[in-house]
Amino acid sequence: MKKSDILLAAGVLLAALALYLLFRPGGEGAWAVVEIDGTEIARYALAANRTVTIGEADYNVLEIAGGTAAVAEANCGDHTCVRTGKISREGEVIVCLPHHLTVRVEGGDAAPFDGVVR
Amino acid sequence: MSRRVARYALLTALAMVLSWLESAIPLSAAAPGMKLGLPNLAIIFALYRLGLREAASVSLARVILVSATFGNAYSLAYSLAGAALSLAVMAALKRTGRFSILGVSIAGGAAHNLGQILVAIAVLGTARLAWYLPPLLVSGTAAGAAIGAAGGLLTERVRL
Repeated sequence: MKKSDILLAAGVLLAALALYLLFRPGGEGAWAVVEIDGTEIARYALAANRTVTIGEADYNVLEIAGGTAAVAEANCGDHTCVRTGKISREGEVIVCLPHHLTVRVEGGDAAPFDGVVR
Repeated sequence: MSRRVARYALLTALAMVLSWLESAIPLSAAAPGMKLGLPNLAIIFALYRLGLREAASVSLARVILVSATFGNAYSLAYSLAGAALSLAVMAALKRTGRFSILGVSIAGGAAHNLGQILVAIAVLGTARLAWYLPPLLVSGTAAGAAIGAAGGLLTERVRL
């Protein structure tokens, strides 16, 4: 092992710390924003409990309950989205790579309506 | 010539078995994309003992064969990006002569994770996925060091 190996490892760990601080989730969020291929397709208020199925042949069941959002069920291959569990803080995200889908929590004031589907 | 073919085949088969072994250890349940990087043992051996061209061939063959046998269409792009960036970084660092096999392996592991996340960011169109990188970089540094240490022993002792 050389000195530069240790510097390199330290650099990688520092980069990890910087990314962590940069992307760290914030406070309690207000919206669950659903995006497919980076385009917003719907947003739901976290304050209103509901269960929606997103997609048809390729589907993810989004469950909003008690101020949290989670993918309860999906027919993708890996189920990473289901294992991610509940998210509620601003900036947290659930990813389904096979379906090109993300659900992320956004902050802001909760509007008088419960959801918007585009 | 036949010796070369046998060597390629042996290393590719080894890399595939290591990929399978790796998939049997479900670290990705802890954090999506987390892995030991076992196949990198075969790649790093090829890089140090045979050369960049050989390492690239083994890596490419492994990615395609593993995606075809255990994976699916969408996993190919991620594997390919990870493997290509990882090998490029390892070859570049090795060439500087400043790093031991340990540092080269650590950088290779980090680059593999980075490449996969970059493809995910491009496909899903959201930079927020960088959130997944920190745990991968930390575990990847530890796993990369272990793979590098094992790779060092192999390249010293195994005649091929």
